Amino acid sequence: MSKVDKKTVEYVAELARINLTEEEKESLGQELSKIISYVDQLKELDTQEVEPLRELQAKGDVFRPDKVSPSGCRAEILNNSPLSEGDYFKIPRVIE
Amino acid sequence: MQDLKKLDQPLSSFVQVFDQPIKGEGKSPLAGAAIAIKDNICIKGKTITCASKILAGHKAVYNATVIDKLKAAGLVIVGTTNLDEFAFGSSTENSCYGPTKNPWDLTRVPGGSSGGSAAAVAARLVPFALGSDTGGSIRQPAAFCGVVGFKPTYGRVSRYGLIAFGSSLDQIGPLTTNFSDCAELLNIISGHDPKDSTSAFLETPDFTKSLKVPVKEIKVGLPKEYFSQGLDAQVKEAISSTADILKKKKVIFKEISLPHSRYAVATYYIIASSEASSNLQRFDGVRYGLRAVTKSLADLYARTRQQGFGLEAKRRIFLGTYSLSSGYYDAYYLKALKVRRLIKSDFDKAFEEVDAVLTPTSPTVAFKLGERVKDPLSMYLSDVYTIPANLSGLPAVSFPCGFDKQGLPIGAQLISRAFDEETLIKLGSAFEESTDFHKQIPVFKEK
Repeated sequence: MSKVDKKTVEYVAELARINLTEEEKESLGQELSKIISYVDQLKELDTQEVEPLRELQAKGDVFRPDKVSPSGCRAEILNNSPLSEGDYFKIPRVIE
Repeated sequence: MQDLKKLDQPLSSFVQVFDQPIKGEGKSPLAGAAIAIKDNICIKGKTITCASKILAGHKAVYNATVIDKLKAAGLVIVGTTNLDEFAFGSSTENSCYGPTKNPWDLTRVPGGSSGGSAAAVAARLVPFALGSDTGGSIRQPAAFCGVVGFKPTYGRVSRYGLIAFGSSLDQIGPLTTNFSDCAELLNIISGHDPKDSTSAFLETPDFTKSLKVPVKEIKVGLPKEYFSQGLDAQVKEAISSTADILKKKKVIFKEISLPHSRYAVATYYIIASSEASSNLQRFDGVRYGLRAVTKSLADLYARTRQQGFGLEAKRRIFLGTYSLSSGYYDAYYLKALKVRRLIKSDFDKAFEEVDAVLTPTSPTVAFKLGERVKDPLSMYLSDVYTIPANLSGLPAVSFPCGFDKQGLPIGAQLISRAFDEETLIKLGSAFEESTDFHKQIPVFKEK
């Protein structure tokens, strides 16, 4: 049952950009192991000849005319940011 | 509006009751009617939270297409309703505002994730509500609260302005007390939208024309896999009675098989969580709501997401990220897409023989608050009958079909072919004509 070990939890946490406490690593690892054991039932099925279903109604690509139009809500979008300056979102310095 | 807040106190079905309701200006049979909106659908200028701390203080910068349509039809938007965080859940307990209570028994959950919308309509606080359904999030709470909850075909209603959970599964739909109201509201919200490339290029039929018409010789399948293990005896009994009532109207029933149904929950949790983990990447402390105070950018992302997401959101992001990660992609995500095709093919075959499928909506009636919240798998299994319609993109509805011995409502589900919502309305409204389950009104108490 220990399918998801601590190393895997830490790896997935890094990919998902979520910081975890030691307790969270422990409990999420256990819960994920249970869930993975459950979803592993799909392995019973032989799907070698089955095409993956990627689109429900196959209608191909949808095009629209490439026309410029104002979206008109720049101020509102910037207002929603926790920190902005002028027309920019502000984040901690990334280049020294 | 003060009255609405007060009436809602025992339930907590609303997240926001607007001091000034938003009055639409157009005309329609529903002009002037009050409607509540699940708090994951954008209403311009109003706070939208998805019941998550990570969106704290976020104000929608545009209207969802359904909101524009409601306004153009003259409806009055009175507020937003509670949900599981980002619609992750089946009980409305995973909300940063705390749980909504079931109006039939205040010690029980209303179902979820559109639990606030279902409870508000059941308690007659509003006649109309919108929810969203990714794996049963309109139908399961409708069943638990004794109302009509309709998930349209994938592509029938624009998803523009619905905060995405599982983009290949999500669909907005109505919660109402009866099929007539349901058909009227579907008329208003359906239709192609250039802003949603997955919305279908189809004319919207007048759904009210399917109300109270003869249902003679419509063929309905009873999938044997839905009536086995784990189904509560009283729920099973209520579904048999539902079939009996329709049989009297000359509906033809036959047993069918949907052999891959048992794999639906596993398939769904991989696909829905994978899509969710991708959709939720944007909540990183830069453009929305919450931001953790840190010195580095990497830390800003990771700490903001640690503080902002609740436990169930973290579980789903984890399962999704794991399923999509290199080394596991083929075994989980790709495998699930293949099984998804098998599940859809089961329905394609069934619909060669029948026009609709009748099933229970959920294996049990509403469960107690707190009963399943610590055991994610038991929570996921309450959606075992609703998930296949999302995986297959099919329209499905839950409607009141009885009460158990404790007086808790039971829901029946009908599923039909893609873009054949009309058969569901025909059968449902014919059932409603001969019964009065939908007319029962809850008295708030603890059972």
